[in-house]
Amino acid sequence: MPTATYGDTTVPVDDEGFFTDPGRWTEPMAEQIAREAGIEALTDRHWTVIRFMREQYTTKGTGPTVRVLGKTSGVTVKELYQLFPKGPAKTAAKIAGIPKPRGCI
Amino acid sequence: MGKHIVILGSGTAGTLTANRLQRDYGERDLRITVVDQNDDHVYQPGLLFVPFGLARPDHLVRSRPRQLHASVDYKSARIERADLDERTVYLAGGIRLSYDVLVVATGARLLPEETEGLTGPGWGENVFTFYDLPGAVGLHHALERFDGGRVVIDVADLPLKCPVAPLEFAFLADWYFQRRGIRDKVRLTYATPLDGAFTKPVAAKALGGLLAEKDIELVTEFTLGEVDGKGGRLVSYDDREVPFDLAVVVPLHGGAEYVGRSEGLGDELDFVPVDPHTLQHPDRPEVFAIGDAAGLPASKAGSVAHFEGEVLVHNIGSFLAGRPLDASFDGHANCFVETGFHKALLIDFNYDTEPLPGHFPGPVGLPLLKESHAAHLGKLAFEWLYWHSLLPGRELPGIGSAMPEHGKHHVRT
Repeated sequence: MPTATYGDTTVPVDDEGFFTDPGRWTEPMAEQIAREAGIEALTDRHWTVIRFMREQYTTKGTGPTVRVLGKTSGVTVKELYQLFPKGPAKTAAKIAGIPKPRGCI
Repeated sequence: MGKHIVILGSGTAGTLTANRLQRDYGERDLRITVVDQNDDHVYQPGLLFVPFGLARPDHLVRSRPRQLHASVDYKSARIERADLDERTVYLAGGIRLSYDVLVVATGARLLPEETEGLTGPGWGENVFTFYDLPGAVGLHHALERFDGGRVVIDVADLPLKCPVAPLEFAFLADWYFQRRGIRDKVRLTYATPLDGAFTKPVAAKALGGLLAEKDIELVTEFTLGEVDGKGGRLVSYDDREVPFDLAVVVPLHGGAEYVGRSEGLGDELDFVPVDPHTLQHPDRPEVFAIGDAAGLPASKAGSVAHFEGEVLVHNIGSFLAGRPLDASFDGHANCFVETGFHKALLIDFNYDTEPLPGHFPGPVGLPLLKESHAAHLGKLAFEWLYWHSLLPGRELPGIGSAMPEHGKHHVRT
């Protein structure tokens, strides 16, 4: 199992760097994960999405799709792409320390 | 008077559930009522073939009530809403149905108007979907007129019914234009919000390989933001563009409208959240959902509805008898993927196991993830099985709800 180190803490992640144990995530880790994903600084709007991702994961067992995020997080799909240009659902899930959203095919 | 089971929807899932319940518990004096908003049952797997002139539209439609066991009560009415506290369903015309068990089986609805421009200029002219019968027929005429240019097949967003159908469309388009002798004048593109041709790595590699082999361009992580029919452009939310002369778009899907009007029943897209193994609503033990209507991390496909049916009917029996729900759905899906030139390949997977190579249903059987003429014949034979075995709720010989493990090769990616 691959690992990633944030600050002094080493956590298990999957092959693409998503947390496999969301309980190991802490808020200070988010800034570093964001920088590695190409986002320089996390704004309040980013945090709205990140907290929403974790809440959805806790209640539903998987992160939401972009469409659901746009309908329910209070942030429109257009703004989501401005905040997380390389794909909001995946990038926000990675920064929020939850597993890669399952593609409900 | 026995317990009353109300099933909303008489597509694949609702019909087979009603017939299985009747067969398994009918003698216990269960009353079963099925409601649908129209009487036309469309064989949805056939929609794929209509644009290419390989299926006649009028052959795909049969009467909904005719597919139900004679003792099942059928009501044709618009569903207004379900009141979960009152355990009552309200139908148009002032009809009220009280239930002991409610089964939501109203499938998925296409929401093309949710994507900017999709139903604007060009809709029905150079922008189509084949996911309903009028769209498939319109696309058939458009393909007949098409004599060269850029064709793009685009999946707007997830989840979608029959996730392999857009891929099949791309493969069949390659075959269709070759047969017409104009393949060299057609540029085919497949655009998807996924990061590969399919969700799981082994299948994504195999199906992506087939796209490359057939010279079909693959555009990944493309979430459709806008359709510009006049300008012939699909624009993603991250401002990438795919030009087209003919666009075949699979629109966003949601659950049935009445789900949104029924407090506490559905999620933000009007799908009904249920336990992925028991199919029971998390807050309402007397409510179950099956098939495309269910908000599950499983494929929205007829085979899934079939496998869920076995589990659901067992669990409804346990629920009515006050026993724990001991039947567990594993997410089993099974799809024939038509690849053109009288070939198809078969994929078989569940929540935990991705589509893998090998054979189905056992070490001797149809090859998995590999094109064969046998799988094409299997796909064609399925239509007869659908009407005569699957909808009546009979078991398909050798094919059960649980995904078979033997015969599969686990591979490292």
